[in-house]
Amino acid sequence: MKLHTISINNLKRRKTKMAFLTIGLMVGIATIVTLVTLTRSMSSDIERKMDEFGANILVTPQSNGLSMNYGGISLGGVTFDQREIREEDLAKIRTIRNSKNISAIAPKVLGGVKVGSHDVLLVGVDFASELKMKQWWQIFGDAPKADNEVLLGSDASKVLNVSSGESIRIKGESFTVAGVLDQTGSQDDALVFASLPMAQKILGKEGKITLAEVAALCSGCPIGDMVTQIAEKLPEAKVSAIQQVVEGRLKALDQFKRFSYAMAGVVVFIGSLIVFVTMMGSVNERTTEIGVFRAIGFRKSHIMRIILLEAALVSLLAGVLGYAAGMGGAKLALPFMAETKNAHLVWDATVAVGSIGLAVILGLVASLYPALHASKMDPTEALRAL
Amino acid sequence: MALIEMTSVKKHYTSGEDKVEALRGVDISIEAGEFITIMGQSGSGKSTLLSVLGGMNHPTSGDVAMAGVRLYDLPGEKLADFRAKNLGFVFQSFHLIPYLTAAENVMLPLAIVKMSTNAKKAAAREALEKVGLGSKIGRLPNQLSGGEQERVAIARAIVNNPHILLADEPTGNLDSKTSEEVMALFRELNAAGQTVVMVTHNPENGAYSDRTISLKDGMVVGSA
Repeated sequence: MKLHTISINNLKRRKTKMAFLTIGLMVGIATIVTLVTLTRSMSSDIERKMDEFGANILVTPQSNGLSMNYGGISLGGVTFDQREIREEDLAKIRTIRNSKNISAIAPKVLGGVKVGSHDVLLVGVDFASELKMKQWWQIFGDAPKADNEVLLGSDASKVLNVSSGESIRIKGESFTVAGVLDQTGSQDDALVFASLPMAQKILGKEGKITLAEVAALCSGCPIGDMVTQIAEKLPEAKVSAIQQVVEGRLKALDQFKRFSYAMAGVVVFIGSLIVFVTMMGSVNERTTEIGVFRAIGFRKSHIMRIILLEAALVSLLAGVLGYAAGMGGAKLALPFMAETKNAHLVWDATVAVGSIGLAVILGLVASLYPALHASKMDPTEALRAL
Repeated sequence: MALIEMTSVKKHYTSGEDKVEALRGVDISIEAGEFITIMGQSGSGKSTLLSVLGGMNHPTSGDVAMAGVRLYDLPGEKLADFRAKNLGFVFQSFHLIPYLTAAENVMLPLAIVKMSTNAKKAAAREALEKVGLGSKIGRLPNQLSGGEQERVAIARAIVNNPHILLADEPTGNLDSKTSEEVMALFRELNAAGQTVVMVTHNPENGAYSDRTISLKDGMVVGSA
């Protein structure tokens, strides 16, 4: 017989009340777990989309020339016939402190060429990097694999009147059209894409590039810092961040996160009130019992230990069940909240330990006053018979 | 020196605007090994006297000394420790803990004592055997008769070998036959050296004790 025998046996006896108490706290914890896991999973989903939806850093030459747009993105002072970045300098981007956040670097060389009677913009790209960055590209045919293959934008294909498998001539060189892009709604539709070395050769820009797009992973990565770090490595280049789209989504997510925490706070407050009221009721019901404990020599601290141990055990159970229920809820809700079916649930040990710890702390804090109240009971008042 | 010395003990309560004088200067001396009954009408102050004697109710004035220790001079929780070590209580309504077995109820005072579980179980078994319930150690209170519950309550009161056993109307909820058995048990315990102080309003119970102290309106009016 130890003090915990009293606590455990009492919990076993008052199954209904303890179940009510457990459910009250469990709902609070489950709500927190669901909301926290949902926001984390949605953040993770957005991070993944950032990778999918292209670059968030642009490296262009320093220029005082006329402004130019590429894909709806301002390229600053790029005048593609004048200044370029040396291709070898791009390797320096991989040496920045946050290099682990770099997902892909897509160098490009731009130049105007004549195909038949039409003036077109030829873009030399590293197809591996480009395709990784522009995962939304739909290609009719294949992506170019050889230097003598090109990829046409949908408008370019129409204007030049060529499709997959046919040939075009650029500056006397013959190229096979490996594939044609489905309409993207961007300037890509009007471009002719060739491999970087071939485009550099045709445009007479060997070893030079016009711009580079950099994809940095994760929503939380320090884009601003990375821009500074790249700028330090490439003092001749202009480095700028493209964050507005992602930032908009993150802002919305941040608002949802704050709303979630506020809601979780309210639910936890209600859960704590349930614990408080139930424990207080339990203490008042056990007045005689506590009187007997005090009469036979239990100290106030012994009474508090009995009550708080009961609260801790119930809260622990509520925490474990709440975590399980919360994760279940998050799993059900995520497909609707994340808008995509392939959003993954984030399993985080911190959330598990945190939610169970929070449940125990809440249970103990909410039971502190009832325990104190019980410990201060006058044994004679409590027993009444004496 | 007497085991218990109560000197000029007064206890006043305030009930609304009324002042209730439950004890009005009580002097009692009890020797070790005595069996004392405290008798009186309802409202005479006998239960208040027992609670003061048991270290649970601070007197308004006066001293209570037990085995040379002035109870109400003990600081903080030392009084609880004193009760745990030196006193055993038997309550009128038994006050067994409903979710603990007979053995667990008896072990209750030992829950706060540093002893091995086996030693606690052995002590509980011995106490239950002493009151004739050795075969019912695993029963819950609701599986025991009134008389058996009273015996469990007595076993709980003696399991820690207290100096003094205090009983408040121990036969108040029992039929006459069971009452006789319980009183005989008290007598037996007293014969084995246990000091017993019992509050009762039943004159028949007085026959089992060595001495009866009569209370009226908060004062001792007789001792015989």
